[in-house]
Amino acid sequence: MPAHDVLIIGAGLAGQRAALAAAEAGASVAIMSKVHPVRSHSVAAAGGINAAISLADDWHSHAYDTVKGSDFLGDQDAIEIMCSQAPAEVMHLEHIGVTFHRNDDGELDLRAFGGASMKRTAYVADITGQALLHVLYEQLMKHHETVARYEEWLTTSLLRDESGACVGVVARDVRSGRMEAFTAKNVILACGGAGQCYKPTTNGLIVTGDGISLAYRAGAPLMDMEMVQYHPTTLLGSGILITEGARGEGAHLLNKNGERFMEKMAPNKMELASRDVVSRAEQIEIDEGRGVGPDGQGIYLDVTVVPRKRTLEALREIVNLGRDFAGVDITREPILIRPGQHYIMGGVKTDVWGQTSIEGLYAAGEVACVSVHGGNRLGANSLLDTLIFGRRSGEHAAERSKHLRLPEVDTRAQLEHDAGVIDSIIAREHGGRRISEIKDELGVTMNNYAAVFRDEAGLQTALEIIGRLREESEKAWIDDRGTVFNQDVLGALELGFMIDCAEATVVGAIERKESRGAQFRTDYPERNDSEWLKHIDISLNGAGPEITFSPVTITEWQPEERKY
Amino acid sequence: MAETHKPPQPFTLRLRRYNPEAGDAPYWDEHTVELEPHRSVLEAILQAKDRFDGSIAIRCSCRQAICGSCGVRVNGQPALACHTHLDAALEGATDGVIEVEPMGNMPVIKDLIVDMDAVHWKKIQRVTPWLINKLPIPEREYIVPRESMVDITQTAGCIQCGACVSDCLAMEVDPGFIGPAALAKAYRFVGDPRDAERHERLLDLSQDPQGIYDCTHCFKCVDACPKDVNPMGQIMRLRRIAGEDEHIVDHNNGQRHEKSFVTLIKDYGLLHEAELLPRSYGGDSWFGKFHPAAGKELLSSLPVVIRGLLRHKMTIKGALLGHKIPKKDLQAVQKIYEKVEGQQERYELNLYISGTDENNAEPQGAATT
Repeated sequence: MPAHDVLIIGAGLAGQRAALAAAEAGASVAIMSKVHPVRSHSVAAAGGINAAISLADDWHSHAYDTVKGSDFLGDQDAIEIMCSQAPAEVMHLEHIGVTFHRNDDGELDLRAFGGASMKRTAYVADITGQALLHVLYEQLMKHHETVARYEEWLTTSLLRDESGACVGVVARDVRSGRMEAFTAKNVILACGGAGQCYKPTTNGLIVTGDGISLAYRAGAPLMDMEMVQYHPTTLLGSGILITEGARGEGAHLLNKNGERFMEKMAPNKMELASRDVVSRAEQIEIDEGRGVGPDGQGIYLDVTVVPRKRTLEALREIVNLGRDFAGVDITREPILIRPGQHYIMGGVKTDVWGQTSIEGLYAAGEVACVSVHGGNRLGANSLLDTLIFGRRSGEHAAERSKHLRLPEVDTRAQLEHDAGVIDSIIAREHGGRRISEIKDELGVTMNNYAAVFRDEAGLQTALEIIGRLREESEKAWIDDRGTVFNQDVLGALELGFMIDCAEATVVGAIERKESRGAQFRTDYPERNDSEWLKHIDISLNGAGPEITFSPVTITEWQPEERKY
Repeated sequence: MAETHKPPQPFTLRLRRYNPEAGDAPYWDEHTVELEPHRSVLEAILQAKDRFDGSIAIRCSCRQAICGSCGVRVNGQPALACHTHLDAALEGATDGVIEVEPMGNMPVIKDLIVDMDAVHWKKIQRVTPWLINKLPIPEREYIVPRESMVDITQTAGCIQCGACVSDCLAMEVDPGFIGPAALAKAYRFVGDPRDAERHERLLDLSQDPQGIYDCTHCFKCVDACPKDVNPMGQIMRLRRIAGEDEHIVDHNNGQRHEKSFVTLIKDYGLLHEAELLPRSYGGDSWFGKFHPAAGKELLSSLPVVIRGLLRHKMTIKGALLGHKIPKKDLQAVQKIYEKVEGQQERYELNLYISGTDENNAEPQGAATT
């Protein structure tokens, strides 16, 4: 049975950064992912990474922008850590090989991004996530002797000892179907968000809330799950992301009358207001009949105002995306976009070292809620979040390992249980609904009722539907009876994870009777600091979710009215 | 440009299936799906998987050609399934059915899934795929030319999908060839001004008999790449930097062989096959013809020469005396040499920087010295 000091689940930016940090601190490390590490969804992050590296900048300014962007729901101690450590982290990335774009003096170039009071986004064209992810993977290849890699293994559950501490995982080798228990002194969840609960979403098909659900089922509380970010610019047809970098480079948003409607909502920052603000403004234009496109469901993103040469160099990927996925040359004509699900601010509740409420269990990246993003994440802060808290989790877990012996725990029961669950899914009789149908209905439901604008009636409807889908999912049948790359059975397990996440999202959204950040309740349209300046924690208690509250940490910045 | 507003229509897919557990040989499996023509082959496969047969296996995630998971062959051509429109795929189909197979040059695990570790990632690991820092590491960022970072971002833009590996003819003949993806990755470090071991890397890749001189210039990888990484172009750049800048003469004779092509065209205006081997071994000197290695290589080539003569692909006179072109034309060829060789800097045309921008009149090449 494999045993390690630190076992990391998920190999995107947070996971790989955690692995490298833990290995550097002397721990024996393994990293496990259901896909090959470079397929992780961090690869799709486009625009860049924020850090106050300009000599004219100050991390306090970055921190304030982040607090304001979060609609004052972010924990300010965590935000201070992230922003103050950002410049060193970006320099570290540069030193290990990231090909950051330079200015004419050969220094790191910075671009403008939403909600930021100055240019502080370092970038690699518009493939920053890919550039970072591949460089970290280079480092994993370099350190292949000290970091074990379990590529294409799906984690099915967390192992606990008698005291309740997390001491490993049970996982399935996707290639062979073999089940195996892995023990570890520490487990770091770094397996991303839950975007596939929504349809459409910018997130990849692998982003199914696995880590959130695993922690939730093990008893760890989730926090601020109602905070779901809709990105202002996703392609109308396919939901594919068009980077905020486009607006950072100067692109305009236009309604059907050709008006830059952001003037009404954010006269100063215009298109570069926070994402929640821009997405709401777009949705209002669409809802009030000023949308464009075949059904008036879109908005124009006009990149033609950016010099063509600059677009071809700095926004190359979206030139290709426009051409290949919408048939539009964005350097010559506006492209149809709309708000689309992109990111979840909520996740497994952690402290500033990534520790969850379960001893030995950490979480970092989108799976976690530290909380640095609060009610709304600023563009180019997610890459930063993954790296800073990935590193901190890795370091902390490595340190903790020094004082522990490798766990001796009987893993057979959990192993047999998980194998039994899989066997029973494979053995289900045909009848009822297919996994894919249930997943589709879940996604459409979430996009209808838990989107940019929400209200009590819609959310209650969503909750009912999710309850029904959960029942149906427990009987849903699959075709594949084999063991090698049985993606059908993975789909069934992932559906279970997604239903947990969707339920927590809707429960949180019903509970929060105010409008803050990404949560806009049409029945409670104002922010209400006296009652709701607090986190909503959701834990699994017996059969269902139980709600508690925790305070928001405020250090320097008292809540104020949010204007852009 | 893709037409995005056409209604859904039926498309038939013919998928190459293989189940290692069944003990049966690979077989074809047809499904008809209904989608708009601008949708992707991946969406069609997923629809078949969702509606008809969940056991169809394909790796996929992002659906936007960035994660590199869904490399397959569509109608025999390597492609990302998510990056191939159904209407375009139908045009390439021979009998109205879109054929999808797993990638080539790699073992198949199941259906459309191949074992990339066994081939692709092993080769990536071969090229020491990480930065070896120039020391001292600065406190802040390395100060490097703006163009240098844009330049290597082209190869850093590789998504490791394996399409080029799938179609590499050299690798098909010589599975040990390091191959297009890994060599493009190597350029990403050789071209990086922050890397301390440019010379060592080039020496390694030149001396390896399955290294940079093993590529046969077939352009397949250039066509296959969905991200315009231009692997063959990067291999040629590695050769130019190794030979001309670092003066590396490899013991496989790759560098001299390539150089003899250049001098032969300069001298004769056309290739002179009989002179090629003597020159690659003995250089431009007349005595080079008597280099023992050249003689050995010539002898071993005799069967090919004889076959060529018998099949009238060449004549004895043509082989020995070379091809002649009019003096005027030869002078024109030599003028080109004078002009190119007279330049101070070598211009590398980097398509990643310039794109295909017909409006940009100014030259966009990144100069390397």
